[in-house]
Amino acid sequence: MIEVTNISKSFDGKQVLEDISIVFAKGKVNMIIGASGTGKSVLLKCIVGLLKPDEGDVCYDNREFTRANKELQTEIRREMGMLFQGGALFDSETVEENVMFPMNVLTKQPLQEKIERVNFCLERVGLENVNRKMPSEISGGMKKRVGIARAIVTNPNYLFCDEPNSGLDPQTSIRIDNLIKDITDEYKMTTVVVSHDMNSVLQSGDHINFIHEGRMLWKGTSDQIGDTDVKELNDFVFAGKLMKVVKDKI
Amino acid sequence: MKSLGKFILFIGQLFVRRESFSTYVNLFFEECIKVGYKSIFIIVIISVFMGAVTTVQTAYNLIAPYIADPIVALVVRDMTLLELAPTIMAIIYAGKVGSNLSSELGTMRITEQIDALEVMGINSISYLALPKILASITMFPALVIISGFVTIYGGYITSVITNVITGTDYIAGIQMDFNPFQVKFAIIKALVFGFLVAAISSYRGYYVVGGALEVGKASTGAVTNSCIGIIVADFLLAYLLAPLLNI
Repeated sequence: MIEVTNISKSFDGKQVLEDISIVFAKGKVNMIIGASGTGKSVLLKCIVGLLKPDEGDVCYDNREFTRANKELQTEIRREMGMLFQGGALFDSETVEENVMFPMNVLTKQPLQEKIERVNFCLERVGLENVNRKMPSEISGGMKKRVGIARAIVTNPNYLFCDEPNSGLDPQTSIRIDNLIKDITDEYKMTTVVVSHDMNSVLQSGDHINFIHEGRMLWKGTSDQIGDTDVKELNDFVFAGKLMKVVKDKI
Repeated sequence: MKSLGKFILFIGQLFVRRESFSTYVNLFFEECIKVGYKSIFIIVIISVFMGAVTTVQTAYNLIAPYIADPIVALVVRDMTLLELAPTIMAIIYAGKVGSNLSSELGTMRITEQIDALEVMGINSISYLALPKILASITMFPALVIISGFVTIYGGYITSVITNVITGTDYIAGIQMDFNPFQVKFAIIKALVFGFLVAAISSYRGYYVVGGALEVGKASTGAVTNSCIGIIVADFLLAYLLAPLLNI
């Protein structure tokens, strides 16, 4: 479980996040949604410690993270896995080396064990026979899946995904969403997904948190999202033509 | 001043929360190949012609009945050991290696690879920059030694081919009044310059904000700042160490 309490963040006097509090449940896909520029990625960076919030705290299973010493922060970070928007694969390493990387640096496992684990994770995300390929030789969707394999290779307790299906076709996008949901259920991880893709929200979101202009406006489940009377959320959810048609039918 | 403070903090971060020794050993040797071995060709080519030009220019400026021919080689040797091999090579090294280090780290920054390292609990500054700096401190002195030999040898070949002075006079000249401290002086300079180029370039690349344009700017800035650092350090080292040449 991750508890975010009263997080605020500003850049050059401009308030980007204002007093945000969320509890991310264990074993669930917790989504942070909102329009572009509302502070979703900044919130995610504050949660994983890439940015320091001006105010507020983040606790990982009752362990204070934001203002903890570097050693404790490092210990908690080693329980995290993260899928970045562009995959963030290391260009100079093969797919296998990329996935093995966290184990090389963080563990002292024998090579054979590491190779077996890498193959297991690549198989888990539906990638086989790509071990020797370079990131530049695989597609965007495959990069995302390699990113997921790298994120889960050390059996993390917390999985973070920043726009996991941006730039992907709808079918690949659904495949990635399902994969994130399955992995979360399977390993009982606390998963936090930042997205503005409504298909993704409805496909895999257990708990949904809507942010608008840096403030938390709505929390609920994917079943409740269509019934809300929060105008900003309705504008966001039903912005697309397809969603408007769905709403009219409802 | 803010940048200087940030640079000092960056250097401080190299030595905290390090990974295992074996991790750095592999990275160190990879970087040695990148910054050292792959720079040998350009260093040799430039050194040969630098020796040739220095010999020809010095010979034409020192042609006089009362100046012995071996003096030309002595001047070439002293210039090579004191300035050409360490300082000029450092500027070339900054152009080749510095821009490469900076753009590599800058690209890693804008594609979130550095963030990925941080999220894994790895001190990205130490993991990425320390092996580069150690490799540079190790390999640049070796490049300077190669450059020194090749420059002086380039001068010899030129003297033989063009006959500005005879080969015998050249050999006599480079042995004349030789002060071994000049070699130590060149190596001390090389150590400092090797550190400056790698540290400044890594710093510029690591803190890139933006996109491809900013990576390019950081790369240019890395070369410019490295050159300024080299020239300032050259003056300070000359001021501090030159008196020892006469002991």
